Amino acid sequence: MMASSKLECTERWTFNFNTNMQALHTTSTSDLALSCQSVSKRYVRNSPFEKVNVSALEDISFEVNRGELFGIIGPDGAGKTTLFRILTTLLLADSGVVRVEGFDVVTDFRAIRNEVGYMPGRFSLYQDLTVEENLNVFAKVFNTSIEENYHLIEAIYKQLEPFKKRRAGKLSGGMKQKLALCCALIHKPRVLFLDEPTTGVDPVSRKEFWEMLKRLKAQQITILVSTPYMDEASLCDRIALLLQGRILKIDTPQNIVSQYPHELWSVSSDEMSKLLTDLRNIPAIRSGYSFGESHHITFKNKEWSMDALRAELEKLGHSSIVIKKIEASIEDCFMDLSPESKG
Amino acid sequence: MLHYLIEKEFKQFFRNTFLPRLVISLPFMAILIFPLVANYDVKNFNLSIVDSDKSPYSGELVRKIESSGYYRITDVSATFDDALKSIERHESDILLEIPVHFEKELVREGKATVLISSNTVNGMKGGLGSAYLSSIVADFNSEIRSELMQVSRGRQVPAIEIVPMYKFNPQLSYKVYMIPAIMIMILALVCGYLPALNIVGEKESGTFEQMNVTPVSKIHFILAKLIPYWVVGFVVLTISFFAAWLFYGFLPVGSFVTLYVFSSLFVLAISGFGLVVSNYASTIQQAIFMIFFFVLTFIFMSGLYTPVASMPEWAQAISAFSPLKYIIMVFRLVYLKGSTVHDLLVPFAALSGFAIFFNSWAIMSYHKKN
Repeated sequence: MMASSKLECTERWTFNFNTNMQALHTTSTSDLALSCQSVSKRYVRNSPFEKVNVSALEDISFEVNRGELFGIIGPDGAGKTTLFRILTTLLLADSGVVRVEGFDVVTDFRAIRNEVGYMPGRFSLYQDLTVEENLNVFAKVFNTSIEENYHLIEAIYKQLEPFKKRRAGKLSGGMKQKLALCCALIHKPRVLFLDEPTTGVDPVSRKEFWEMLKRLKAQQITILVSTPYMDEASLCDRIALLLQGRILKIDTPQNIVSQYPHELWSVSSDEMSKLLTDLRNIPAIRSGYSFGESHHITFKNKEWSMDALRAELEKLGHSSIVIKKIEASIEDCFMDLSPESKG
Repeated sequence: MLHYLIEKEFKQFFRNTFLPRLVISLPFMAILIFPLVANYDVKNFNLSIVDSDKSPYSGELVRKIESSGYYRITDVSATFDDALKSIERHESDILLEIPVHFEKELVREGKATVLISSNTVNGMKGGLGSAYLSSIVADFNSEIRSELMQVSRGRQVPAIEIVPMYKFNPQLSYKVYMIPAIMIMILALVCGYLPALNIVGEKESGTFEQMNVTPVSKIHFILAKLIPYWVVGFVVLTISFFAAWLFYGFLPVGSFVTLYVFSSLFVLAISGFGLVVSNYASTIQQAIFMIFFFVLTFIFMSGLYTPVASMPEWAQAISAFSPLKYIIMVFRLVYLKGSTVHDLLVPFAALSGFAIFFNSWAIMSYHKKN
């Protein structure tokens, strides 16, 4: 066996295409668009040159309701793409059961492929075909036409229309993203999987992209979106925080924020990097993280007063100290839930 | 659904600025240029003459050699050592020494010796050069013999003259031998390697996976990849036939139908090989190296350059596993001898075997990764 650079040990293809569609449809009656039960995935490679034994996903369970905008939030390497590839039938899990629209990803994957749209993190359309041709190809392979579902993509495609004769490879990043979304939508999927759709996209386009998702949600399309940006979490109906292959918490963004158990202060001074070290060295401080312009800190059992902290910091040589009590953000919750903060 | 995918492939093929032109010009270029370059009809040997006799007979021998057209006399030396130096200086490739008393001995004793020495750094050239030269000397010998005998005895001498007759390729032209093989090389390139690289290219760009989440089945996906290249392959093959006729007036003695039937079988086998490669390679770089490895083996074992019969026995055994060997054999036989399908049952069985073998391997290696 030739060594392949990627760890794709379970690429899915098959020659068998006689799935019994009618029998399967009767099973999809619940309100769940997707259910995922104790899914685990481990990458193992044992060649003389490369030893890999990574647990990408461990015991992942969650459910997504019809018409929900569900976010999977996690840093790079958390296992988001692996999870998406399992959900979209591209990869087999080691264990666990996944059902999308009532179809099992292992036995009924052919039915699922008719029902879902998938937009991978990397631009994966034909670069040598034009915008229009790409859209046409993806419409045709789903046995539909651009006209039939034009209403779904109209708002997005309008922006692409001036470039419809341009080759996809020559589009700007934001335009490519819009085209990829159009291609994932053209067959009117019931569930849409978007793997890091906003990574590498400028802030204005990111905002636009989320506007588009809201409009799609109004069309009763269930959307699963993964992102490493914590600020996008609040735009989802519910989110799952994913870290190192485990789900830390699943809830609405509001609940997650309101359940934050500690009092949170933001601290800044004129020497920010020294400040962080100093803060972390104070025994009473439970956690201290850098958040751009300020550091967010929490205390162990007994809390200090702001004045006491200010006095302490002044003693350590800091000036222009600003201390504020703040509301927790998703990122604070993420930090709090991650195992390091507990260890 | 299949025809949309095929339409897409053709669109991409013709949109490529490079590929369509290459595919059309390749057969013309290959058939026009390769046979001229890869040629064993060696000419223009540089000959150094050491004529120590300087008699009418020795002069006649030199003139005879010169008029053969194969030799250019580039050096005339006084001694063997000088002539050897001219070989060392690359001024001549071969030397002929005519000893003193050549004529005297020839007339008086009825025999004389000459020395032929050739530079065999290039073995092919040296061997052929000295072989041609000996045959010219032998020819000269028989002329002299009959002349001298007539003078002395006044009647014809009985002598055995060997006249070889070359069947199927009367001029022993290397072109005729090469062209059918070149046609096959091009066909293998277009129908075997290009689709494999195309599939791996889709893997690399991620479109393979994007297609994978659509209802397109693997078999449709692959057929959509192969069919356009099959079509292009047969167009190219037809161009090759045409080019061979145009440049060399070279037409098969047998029928085109036989050629197309065997080509189809070969195309099936080589596409299957391409699919196997595309299964194991995940980048174009890997695919190119895998193809390169196997293609080199296939070519050298196929008898394209050197006849299979001249290989050592173990190599002949290995050559049985090169599909190129069988199809090249078929093309040569049909072109030169006019063999029919009936005469070609062995290659037919072998190529069918390869087609089944590679395609089942391709299917099995997909399932393995399932």
